[in-house]
Amino acid sequence: MSAASDIIIVGGGLMGSSAALFLRGHGLSVTLLETDLIGRQASGTNFGNVRRQGRALHQLPLANRAIAIWRKSRELLGADVEYLQSGHIRVCYRDRPELVGAMEDYAEKARLEGLDLELLTGNALRSKFPFFGADVLAGSYSAMDGHANPRLAAPAFARAAQRMGANIHENTRIVDAQKVGEDFLVTAQDGRTFRAPILLITAGAWGNALSSQFGEPVPIVPRGPNMSVTEPVPYAIHPAVGVMTPLEEETVYFRQVARGNIVLGGSTRGPSYPDAYRAFVLPQNTMSQLKQIRRLAPALGKLNIIRVWSGIEGYMPDSQPVMGPSATTSGLYYAFGFSGAGFQIGPGVGETMAEIIARGATDIPMEPYQISRFAE
Amino acid sequence: MACPSIIVVGAGPSGTRAAEALAKAGIRPILIDEGRRDGGQIYRRQPDNFTRSYEKLYGTEAGRAKALHDSFDALKGQIDYRPETLVWNIADGHVWTACGNAQEALRYDALILCTGATDRLMPVKGWNLAGTYSLGGSQVALKSQAVSIGHEVVFMGSGPLLYLVASQYVQAGAKVAAVLDTSPKGARIKALPDLLALPGMLWNGVQLTRALGKAGVPIHHGVTPVEIIGGADTGVNGVRFRTPSGQEKTIACDAVAVGYHLRPETQLADLARCEFAFDAGTHQWLPRRDQDGRASTAGVYLAGDGAKILGARSAEASGKLAALAALSDLGLPVDSGETTALRRDVANYARFARGLAKAFPWPADHAAALPDEAIICRCEAVSAGDIRSVMRETGAIEANRAKAFSRVGMGRCQGRYCGLAAAELIAAEARIPVEQVGRLRGQAPVKPLPIAIGEEK
Repeated sequence: MSAASDIIIVGGGLMGSSAALFLRGHGLSVTLLETDLIGRQASGTNFGNVRRQGRALHQLPLANRAIAIWRKSRELLGADVEYLQSGHIRVCYRDRPELVGAMEDYAEKARLEGLDLELLTGNALRSKFPFFGADVLAGSYSAMDGHANPRLAAPAFARAAQRMGANIHENTRIVDAQKVGEDFLVTAQDGRTFRAPILLITAGAWGNALSSQFGEPVPIVPRGPNMSVTEPVPYAIHPAVGVMTPLEEETVYFRQVARGNIVLGGSTRGPSYPDAYRAFVLPQNTMSQLKQIRRLAPALGKLNIIRVWSGIEGYMPDSQPVMGPSATTSGLYYAFGFSGAGFQIGPGVGETMAEIIARGATDIPMEPYQISRFAE
Repeated sequence: MACPSIIVVGAGPSGTRAAEALAKAGIRPILIDEGRRDGGQIYRRQPDNFTRSYEKLYGTEAGRAKALHDSFDALKGQIDYRPETLVWNIADGHVWTACGNAQEALRYDALILCTGATDRLMPVKGWNLAGTYSLGGSQVALKSQAVSIGHEVVFMGSGPLLYLVASQYVQAGAKVAAVLDTSPKGARIKALPDLLALPGMLWNGVQLTRALGKAGVPIHHGVTPVEIIGGADTGVNGVRFRTPSGQEKTIACDAVAVGYHLRPETQLADLARCEFAFDAGTHQWLPRRDQDGRASTAGVYLAGDGAKILGARSAEASGKLAALAALSDLGLPVDSGETTALRRDVANYARFARGLAKAFPWPADHAAALPDEAIICRCEAVSAGDIRSVMRETGAIEANRAKAFSRVGMGRCQGRYCGLAAAELIAAEARIPVEQVGRLRGQAPVKPLPIAIGEEK
């Protein structure tokens, strides 16, 4: 006899945990299955950017939905996930002046989607953010964006879902999923089985292993973020900061947490190994990251990093997630492959997937995320 | 192979003997050490302008210290010695070093990790007050700079170092207010059969205790530390402890040295992706290795106290043994008789170390009894109560999970000083064996790394 519920969610990251919470809000019974512990890979090891700007314009309705949830996260979750709405600034360098036009263009279009961005250059930029290096030419500032603590967020969503009655099984590695009659039958490595008429796959880099079982393979590539953190110093840098550039090596970002540590990320992505459950920060990537950080904010060159980390993320070739219903199997839904940019929209994804599953429709545009785009 | 590149990390007893064996085989190893001078911690050399004698600095170990230093001095032309250099990461057959802001990636065919040990610490309420030092730290102050950590010093904890450092302080003319040993006197009797593996060492220990008694230093056995008393403005004022009969006593002092024997520095083995196993005898996770020091990662060798606490004498033998294993694995000739003799020596030292572990047991149960207000992680100011409340709220019972939620072990020492005690606290709270709590994963950089690393001037 297998454990039965209305919905099985496979993958206990931020997407799965927030979907579990919102599905309970719709009154559906939920079983959430997680290989390891909640939120330990992409959801728990990312930079923690609660950033809308820079996203594809079609993601902004989802991002706006998410930011409303982040703002009420403390009440919703009964836990502090260190969400700070302290702004986000994206800058470009002097050797790419053409990017100022791209920033202006993005700001104009984003405004129509409800995201207000302020363009700053010269003295206005430097008086507001004196830490930028001489190479920084201009910045696009979003006052209503910010950051939160990824280590705390997904587990807090899962605990809130659990309090609402969701059944959460950690240390449950799924080896098989199939539709038998009207129900999905999901089997764990230790032989336990779970049964439900609806199945939601939120398995991140492992998503393809499950979608393939339903005839929908996707070209997902596992990688890992390069993260570093400094020793704590007095809290002085409020916004999350990032670089707009076509070069991956130049794409670095940093933020200071209230405790005082400065979290650094980017420059390149490291290797990750979903089968072995390991991801590594390569030393050469740390070196390139620190070099770029010195260029972006030279004063940070006086600090030390005390730790680096990475985790397993799933990247799609077009950097857009696989999200929405299956094209082959009724009752099957996906939300994975967020390509290193899922943290901010995570709670919005959970709420939207719950809406699609419980009500059959959503106002959020979903076309760009259809799994059928990878069908041959 | 043309000329294999062999890197030794650490210039203490094991690293020096490893480098010596390699040089003798005609190889010019790279020897990387964080210290300004060779000798490691136990045979730490004093600054150039200090003139204390070997006898004064190293007591009964003066002969061994001098022999090791002389060997190192003789080696200097035959090795690529890099002092004041940190290995901050290991990947793809390279060690990544930092010396100031200068950085390098060095390729190796064999890597011998002789990373030594640091104090094993059990928190006590008030140990975050100024004037509290680790035993090793208090010894460094004396050995290196000829200073005492205070006017009246209490030595508290357990292990051979407790008596050694206390007696070194007495000899140097410092006032030792008391030695508070958490191990019961009876434990030593039970440990005798193993301790007799090295009768000379055992005799030295007995002499140390006698000398302390003769100097009028009160020694209490089987104590339970209660609190280091003092204030943020005054620092340490005293130590409160409980005697085996349950009586509370306070001893006035302005400095405390605390330590419970040692723990190996295993972060580099972790970064080299070596497998670890729980060692029930010492309650520590140790990198797995064979009798000659081969780790689970090919080409990586582990020696000395950095692999397991077996003492400085064993470190000299295991360092040489690891070097011979590396040479043999690279297809170079080694004297099998020498290997056999070294294995026998190490086995004997291991027996003595088992005796020490029995004589001076790690008081795991003290962690469970810590009051909520006691700080566990000093880097991040995480208290016992913080950990307990995170466990209640989140159900976290795994070391890295508890770290993610409470910040315990998340600071600049990466849990090297609080990790073992935090694991005991979690195990006691969750009523599970401590090995089930697991171990904190090591992450680069092993020590803080300047963001300015690699900057061109």
